[in-house]
Amino acid sequence: MSYQLPDPLEERKHSIIRKTGKQQEEKIQCNQNSVAGAVSQRACVYCGARVVLNPITDAYHIVHGPIGCASYTFDIRGSLTSGADTFRNSFSTDLRETDIIFGGEKKLAAAIDEIVAAHHPKLIFIYSTCVVGVIGDDLEAVCRNAEKQYGIRVIPIQSSGFAGNKNAGYKAACHALLNLMGEENPVEKEAGINFLGDFNLAGEIWINQSYFRRMGLPVVSKVTGDARYEELIKAPRARLNIVQCAGSMTYLAKLMREKYKIPFINVSFYGLEDTAKSLRKIAYALDEPEILQKTEVLIQEEYDKAHLALEPYRARLAGKKAAIYVGGGFKAISLIKQFRDLGMETVMVGTQTGNSDDYETIRQLAAEDTIILDDTNPSELERFMKEKGADILVGGVKERPLAYKLGVAFCDHNHERKQPLNGFVGAVNFAREVEQSINSPVWHWIRKERRAYNEK
Amino acid sequence: MLNHTPNEVSERTGLVVNPAKTCQPIGAMYAALGIHNCLPHSHGSQGCCSFHRMHLTRHFRDPVAASTSSFTEGASVFGGSANLKTSIKNVFSIYKPDVIAVNTTCLSETIGDDLPTIINESEVPEGKYVFHANTPSYVGSHVTGFSNMVKAMVTTFSKKEGPCNGKVNLIPGYTEPGDMRELKRIAKVMGIESILFPDTSGVVDSPMTGRYEMYPAGGTKVEDLVDSGNSLATIAMGTFASEAAANELDKKCGVPAHVLPLPIGVKGTDQLILELIKITGKPVPYELEEERGQVVDVMTDTHHHFHGKKVAIFGDPDHVIAITEFVIGLGMKPIHIVTGTPGSSFDRQINAILDAANIKANVKNLGDLFTLHQWMKKEPVELLIGNTYGKYIARAEDVPFVRFGFPNMDRSVHSYFPVVGYKGALRLIEMISNALLDRVDRDAADEDFELVL
Repeated sequence: MSYQLPDPLEERKHSIIRKTGKQQEEKIQCNQNSVAGAVSQRACVYCGARVVLNPITDAYHIVHGPIGCASYTFDIRGSLTSGADTFRNSFSTDLRETDIIFGGEKKLAAAIDEIVAAHHPKLIFIYSTCVVGVIGDDLEAVCRNAEKQYGIRVIPIQSSGFAGNKNAGYKAACHALLNLMGEENPVEKEAGINFLGDFNLAGEIWINQSYFRRMGLPVVSKVTGDARYEELIKAPRARLNIVQCAGSMTYLAKLMREKYKIPFINVSFYGLEDTAKSLRKIAYALDEPEILQKTEVLIQEEYDKAHLALEPYRARLAGKKAAIYVGGGFKAISLIKQFRDLGMETVMVGTQTGNSDDYETIRQLAAEDTIILDDTNPSELERFMKEKGADILVGGVKERPLAYKLGVAFCDHNHERKQPLNGFVGAVNFAREVEQSINSPVWHWIRKERRAYNEK
Repeated sequence: MLNHTPNEVSERTGLVVNPAKTCQPIGAMYAALGIHNCLPHSHGSQGCCSFHRMHLTRHFRDPVAASTSSFTEGASVFGGSANLKTSIKNVFSIYKPDVIAVNTTCLSETIGDDLPTIINESEVPEGKYVFHANTPSYVGSHVTGFSNMVKAMVTTFSKKEGPCNGKVNLIPGYTEPGDMRELKRIAKVMGIESILFPDTSGVVDSPMTGRYEMYPAGGTKVEDLVDSGNSLATIAMGTFASEAAANELDKKCGVPAHVLPLPIGVKGTDQLILELIKITGKPVPYELEEERGQVVDVMTDTHHHFHGKKVAIFGDPDHVIAITEFVIGLGMKPIHIVTGTPGSSFDRQINAILDAANIKANVKNLGDLFTLHQWMKKEPVELLIGNTYGKYIARAEDVPFVRFGFPNMDRSVHSYFPVVGYKGALRLIEMISNALLDRVDRDAADEDFELVL
């Protein structure tokens, strides 16, 4: 039975490119608003702000708006904590019709009062949602009053969903973080670093911390995985910012460079190659012989061990084809290298929020004829995964059942990952996850199903 | 987690902590998925649609397709009319559904988009449909959003245009596809032709075919929605999710509305079957009599596990009302009962059930899980029944926990089986008694640990 795969929308054609050998290639169109009527996989400003700040463990995150925005983000991030678990609760003002008519400021002030009375918080975040942006509640004023009254930090986040895309939400979160870190710029810096853009999914930040410890490198502040108030306010004292999730945190790094004169470097701890490279990059940036030497020892110990541990997976994965659809550009870049290290070929790669620099790097890394796409949708994912014969898709929650329905293996590299996938250890976990899914016996059953279906 | 929930209940006026509900649009989206070849469309910011799809995907573990108007700053100032018109054009040209079911959001409602006019002015290809339900997130809950969309199906499609078709309309409420299949089966074994709507069976529990189908084979067909105006009667299951559509059908086409609780447990299922007999005059087939007899047999076999056990129940109102009735029938004592959905009729219906059984309980509509947890700290229970979010409280209080209702994001396969009907009752008894007996085994000292329970 022949089945016509749908062509992409006209408006989407510049958001999809096919890598060719030509020098002058078409630039991908990215960081645009989605087309109206698209079945986009993207989220909104609020979502962007919330996912960045949510991992702050001892903060009270109050969602000011109707209940939905609070419900859908109630403990979904998968960030782990070594301390308080306040952030895993859901606090909101659950605005009702009368609040929309008469304004929600009073209710918000009451919500803050009630949290202060019951829990004695140090830090409260107030997230603005779509409707709050429209009815014009003055979040700044409510927060200022509460700060004055209680002597604690109450920080507003301008995250009305319609005011841009997820990237705008990242920026709003970065401003909130800068607000929290304060006005003061300590001239004397500490020896340590801030680690920006790891959210401690499946405990990933703890793996990095163990490496930094072995390098003799103190971490002043983690932003925002397993973070806490007392730690975050010390961030201006650090000597260096290292940025992993570039999509969300480069902006903060730039703000901090300006305000606190802290330089930053981009790192990625996904895959052996990038992990080793990043650790060295940090050591060189700090330029201390002892740290440099310890770093080399660490890499020597861990790299070879992991490289060896990957060997059996390489044998079972060689020649398989991977498709990537993730949030940010940096992760996509690391994943292409990781698949290459496993002897796999990346045939399709896309991101929700990558920028043009990311896409240029991706284009250079990608093999001939690779499909590169920005802000895609299920139809396009289906079309290109089929065309390229992908064996596995790496993505997030909405992509999983889609991959499965196509009879394609899946690896969650987003909020639902259950194994840490970073560092040397994580590279092996990643290979194991990919191998377990690709080589599962269930795919044979799907092939039978498909035959039966096609014969109908 | 949640162990810092204080015992003392304090009045809260501004704050909801750990909600027991979500917003209207997701319910509308779920209902719309129950129309064959229909693409739900969210008229609001991109995030709404993304969140709803994610939430539904986590529950059903199937792809959930829906489009969005992708509001921007401009749309929120100048209105979303252009966005919706472009959306309708794009959706028909690329995704090719038969129907677009538009739900509004808090944003599009607050800026005052006039949906009927916008849809009227849109280009809708011959033989295709666009309709809408108003579902501002600051009213009701996901359950009322579902109800509004089902009602809109009636307003849009149902027509009284011929002789009576001899069929019975079944409105299943915000239930699993497994429940919807069971309701259709019950009607079928009674020899009754039914029109069940919305019908998400075959949509969010679709079989593996090795390809992605944006519109799987299931869903109520538009011609059946139209034909529902010619039916003998409508049975609406659940006052919160289904009554509005049934009343609308009564008003619009003169199809009498019969409103029942969700048919959960023996009493609830008996009521459904008696109503079907009343409407159609059909006798009860042996098959159903046998099923009923089996449930009662199992209830007697297991009654000593249940008797006098204190239970806390939370979830969607129609589900909570029905299961409260059921667990009382098993001999249990529900003492804390919460729904997140607003509506005093919840309290009335629950209190009527409690009064008949002479049980005193804490009851709250528009409640949250924080309140429920505090009640449980004050007066402990031996079982918690509710959706996935109950797991925190169950862990904090070390109470056996039965997952029941929407959403269930940490267990699979639930959407394939019913909780309604006699089959559903059997399944619930198994789930509840397993939870209780697993606890007995876990807590037994070596000398008390027994093979046979």
